[in-house]
Amino acid sequence: MHPTDFSLRGAIEALNEGLLTSVELTQAHLDGIAALNPRLNAYLTVTAEQALEQARASDARRAEGVAGPLDGIPLAIKDLFCTVGTRTTAGSRILGNFVPPYESTVSGNLLRDGAVFLGKVNLDEFAMGSSNTTSAFGPVENPWSRRNDPDARLVPGGSSGGSAAAVAARLALGATATDTGGSIRQPAAFCGIAGIKPTYGRCSRYGIVAFASSLDQAGPVARTVEDCAILLRSMAGFDPKDSTSADVPVPDFGAACARGVKGLRIGVPKEYRLEGTPPEIAALWEQGLQWLRDQGAETVEISLPHTKYALPTYYIVAPAEASSNLARYDGVRFGLRETAKDGDLKDLYERTRAAGFGPEVKRRIMIGTYVLSAGYYDAYYLKAQKIRALIKRDFDEAFRMVDAIVTPATPSAAFGMDEKQDDPITMYLNDVFTVTANLAGLPGLAVPAGLDGQGLPLGLQVIGRAFDEETVFAVGSAIETAADFRAVPTLRAGA
Amino acid sequence: MSLDTATVRRIASLARIRLEEEEVGRMQAELNGILGWIEQLQAVDTTGIEPMAGGGAVSLRMREDAVTDGGIPDQVLANAPDRMGEYFGVPKVVE
Repeated sequence: MHPTDFSLRGAIEALNEGLLTSVELTQAHLDGIAALNPRLNAYLTVTAEQALEQARASDARRAEGVAGPLDGIPLAIKDLFCTVGTRTTAGSRILGNFVPPYESTVSGNLLRDGAVFLGKVNLDEFAMGSSNTTSAFGPVENPWSRRNDPDARLVPGGSSGGSAAAVAARLALGATATDTGGSIRQPAAFCGIAGIKPTYGRCSRYGIVAFASSLDQAGPVARTVEDCAILLRSMAGFDPKDSTSADVPVPDFGAACARGVKGLRIGVPKEYRLEGTPPEIAALWEQGLQWLRDQGAETVEISLPHTKYALPTYYIVAPAEASSNLARYDGVRFGLRETAKDGDLKDLYERTRAAGFGPEVKRRIMIGTYVLSAGYYDAYYLKAQKIRALIKRDFDEAFRMVDAIVTPATPSAAFGMDEKQDDPITMYLNDVFTVTANLAGLPGLAVPAGLDGQGLPLGLQVIGRAFDEETVFAVGSAIETAADFRAVPTLRAGA
Repeated sequence: MSLDTATVRRIASLARIRLEEEEVGRMQAELNGILGWIEQLQAVDTTGIEPMAGGGAVSLRMREDAVTDGGIPDQVLANAPDRMGEYFGVPKVVE
């Protein structure tokens, strides 16, 4: 078995049993990155020396019998998480050569538990996108390809496209990611891996470059549901540095994966049966529900009546918060600065931001500025906040009758790099199944469940009650077990 | 509601993003496309609904009003594009 083919849990066991060392495991991943990253562009920064140093220290800890829960496990870190001494770009030119003097709480928690960081992975600029094509450092390629059109280069989804592509291609055992409208679940589904956006407040946002603060949540992507559970346990936890961090205990998510679904009531929202959904996705959804019934769950049709308003609501709330959060990029304290001779301070701001932000980021800042401006605040922003409350109320009522909700993860499989790029709204529709969980603050898990006719992975989504990731993991594991998803992408380390 | 070019320029100025003359038309078309799509929200009856401001149900907690950080000017200034001693440098603002 090639070392990069281990699951994260399998690698922990192999390290514990002395079958291999963290140095060997880390080197195998670095070799894979050297071979495949020039094509995939998943990693923006590879910290090879630091990774091997961390691996050596981990092997020493294990020899002394003081290994942490993730000791020696090589991970990729989305380049939205600040890492001390390692350039952090957010996929944007405007951060220039920003080198954070502090560590994000989530990445710090992973280091505390012994993880090895292979490097920083690509993303849509400021996490705004569903294809990883808005990155200032070039797009990421999906390691999967279509059976009957193998030369077409596909997107990995976004915004956590580098995270998902790296994990799918065996260039990391797991990765950190973030999800504001679907940025963990959509790329996980496109790349045939698992990923969870936990409950809002479960993971600290401290040190994560902010996009939309009331929607942003960090979470893991990995090749199995259990691997996500193991990573989330390390990433999560109360942090006084984030005022919205929830002071609640972190359960053993890994143990919850084995709970089973017997007696659970699974909601099937009728509003998610969208016109134009490919029949394969509708069939996979029905198949997933049958798998759950076969394992003792009951499926119940439910109604989430405000679903169709979720995306337009999101495209008021998220740009509004983004326009405020991104005001800090002014060319004064860090990052890029553009000036003209004899230009004043306002000119410095305007030139810096024009040169530093890409088109999608500018569009969202402009929309956000407009909906927050005098005279329009009530008509747009306040209205959207009220509809957001209605969307949450829909879920509150549904969760009185069901324990979890199962839906498709995405309305299509991965698309080509040159498709859907002309009209912003077409791209926004990628998040139609995922964005509701962000607006309501609920946990959502994407789990690979099958392949389409072209051999591309398709995922299902499990949504749970706030702070009930355990049921989400139990349902996700049940789907994963029944699906027995063993397909692998064309491009992968060790292949 | 449709934005005219003057409004697009005003928003760009509020957002401190320099917009070249040839960019205005395209930005106007894209913003109007998005705002037109968002317009469907006006059909939702939100009478008596309290706006949801944050992402979680939990109310924000208070913390002790105490200094917990500071005294690290070199770290604060480490990424500055223009540093003058312990200050950020900017173009002259006051004559």
